Amino acid sequence: MAAAILRRVTHTTAAAAAAATPRVSPLPLLARGISDSTDTITVETSVPFMNHIVDPPSRSVTTTPHELLTFFRDMSVMRRSEIAADSLYKSKLIRGFCHLYDGQEAVAVGMEAAITRRDAIITAYRDHCLYLARGGDLVSAFAELMGRRDGCSRGKGGSMHFYKRDANFFGGHGIVGAQVPLGCGIAFAQRYRKEGTVTFDLYGDGAANQGQLFEALNMAALWKLPVILVCENNHYGMGTAEWKASKSPAYYKRGDYVPGLKVDGMDVLAVKQACKFAKDHALENGPIILEMDTYRYHGHSMSDPGSTYRTRDEIAGIRQERDPIERVKKLILAHDFATAQELKDMEKEIRKQVDDAIAKAKESPMPDASELFTNVYVNDCGLESFGVDRKVLRTVLP
Amino acid sequence: MSADPSVFLMGEEVGEYQGAYKISKGLLDKYGPDRVLDTPITEAGFTGIGVGAAYHGLRPIVEFMTFNFSMQAIDHIINSAAKSNYMSAGQISVPIVFRGPNGAAAGVGAQHSQCYAAWYAHVPGLKVLAPYSAEDARGLLKAAIRDPDPVVFLENELLYGESFPVSAEVLDSSFCLPIGKAKIERQGKDVTITAFSKMVGYALQAADILAKEGISAEVINLRSIRPLDRAAINASVRKTNRLVTVEEGFPQHGIGAEICMSVVEDSFAYLDAPVERIAGADVPMPYAANLERMAVPQVDDIVRAAKRACYRTVPMAATA
Repeated sequence: MAAAILRRVTHTTAAAAAAATPRVSPLPLLARGISDSTDTITVETSVPFMNHIVDPPSRSVTTTPHELLTFFRDMSVMRRSEIAADSLYKSKLIRGFCHLYDGQEAVAVGMEAAITRRDAIITAYRDHCLYLARGGDLVSAFAELMGRRDGCSRGKGGSMHFYKRDANFFGGHGIVGAQVPLGCGIAFAQRYRKEGTVTFDLYGDGAANQGQLFEALNMAALWKLPVILVCENNHYGMGTAEWKASKSPAYYKRGDYVPGLKVDGMDVLAVKQACKFAKDHALENGPIILEMDTYRYHGHSMSDPGSTYRTRDEIAGIRQERDPIERVKKLILAHDFATAQELKDMEKEIRKQVDDAIAKAKESPMPDASELFTNVYVNDCGLESFGVDRKVLRTVLP
Repeated sequence: MSADPSVFLMGEEVGEYQGAYKISKGLLDKYGPDRVLDTPITEAGFTGIGVGAAYHGLRPIVEFMTFNFSMQAIDHIINSAAKSNYMSAGQISVPIVFRGPNGAAAGVGAQHSQCYAAWYAHVPGLKVLAPYSAEDARGLLKAAIRDPDPVVFLENELLYGESFPVSAEVLDSSFCLPIGKAKIERQGKDVTITAFSKMVGYALQAADILAKEGISAEVINLRSIRPLDRAAINASVRKTNRLVTVEEGFPQHGIGAEICMSVVEDSFAYLDAPVERIAGADVPMPYAANLERMAVPQVDDIVRAAKRACYRTVPMAATA
């Protein structure tokens, strides 16, 4: 029975999405038949879109029970993974920087629902969940975090440098704001090749003041590049509140001559609607800015408790009022697309799935010492490289 | 550009103006505004856009009006371009060329005269080339564009105006030079002189003067700063036993320092004299013509250093 539902689910998934590559491996849905229907329903977004020099899309979003359950599942996988990463960091299996995304899942999931894998996404260093949304698997994500051979960058990148080229996910960048011109460049290539695809170029409220953003936006507008600048406004640039860093924190308006929308980033359906609208707009008219009003429960990174610059009440309040997973859960239950118990069981399955992935990732060995010298260049045949003591370690690149 | 439609040029004044130094003259008419892009004066922005386009498989040529302005964009050259292939374990390669005039021109002052060879050659993941002759310019630029890695191509404004004899082979459309190989511009047996870009011409003039005094100098045109052709340099020093390194840029932590160390590591026993270094003066470039002349190596300086390496000079005071 479950297998039959699973087959139906994967079939409708393939039909609904334009992309060919499968997502995070589908969970077996339970025998009762959680509604996998693709009958559409219409839901209103939590708040209307705020707009800057463009007419906003409608607040009425069409969705299906199947899509909502997929949203619930995907966001829950992300939530569980980030919390698991927190534990791994505290047990010192993850080193260096680790920037967690829990709270912001609706942005990644809603965006993915609006586009195809031929569209491109680029972001900064809070990239684990974008990687998962683009089809990255849990094992390679955790292995990369722990610096293992089976990591998505073979252990050479780390938390801030996840990439998935075959899904047009371009990382994974550590320098605040640098990804914005890079994303405009990807869009440039898409237009140059007349691909009919777009780039979603993500950055935070902290990066929104970077000069290179405005330099790139100017050129994007001049050359009508199919790029959507997405400001994931979680209201804190590291420890600095947006109103302390930005004279104008209305990031959707900061494009001046570039249109913008402000979106409730905790409402996955609003995100989906805005991204769909933005993609169509960018293909016709060039750049547009989407400001996602979102929130991160963790601090900036694992070395930030996140409580010196904001109150615990604020964090708890958002969790209570605006949590993206809770919102979708309420919608599913209100429409009786699944029972509370079924959703609980799904969450249990997900927990197990994440734990299994971590266990598998832990089995992956550290990279071989020879990997120190691989991928320095693409064309490196015969070039010399040196270790710390070149009388001990001196090699010719492969 | 004619061979590969994914190659395009972007930079300030490369199109309608026909190039600040006329290097891209005629290209806009030939290839159109989609492939020859005039950018606003926003290096950080357009360099990032170029690198992003390379991420998605195009082959951009990003022109800096001079490499002094590349400092505005250096984060993209190093963090976004040089390191990407490594950090992504080969998923994201960056087939881009950053080119433009490097080093001193004449009378342009401190902010417009710096040589960036040592800065960029420091970074693993980049390739750094410095042509001297017309043959170098043609062969190395084609190699750079065809190379799948990020290449910094350091030209020289004063050399743009110089003419060089070229063979029929060089004029052939398929002519290309390998990256990482130096050229022995002049064979010799008494002392090796390494140089790149404009200094190669000065070294050749110095070699002529030295020849009249019975010193046979071997002049190596490095062509490739990274990767450095250590094999050629060491082979030459093993033959001559003496070395003078010449560069235009600031002396501390410069190209000569690396070459000297390479020779000490690999060919110490062959040295019959300490390695000599000629470099720009350790000061920002002054404007006044006489001071500028003191700040940049002249042919006489190279001759003097070569004689010292051959123990043929009268001892002189170390300070002015």
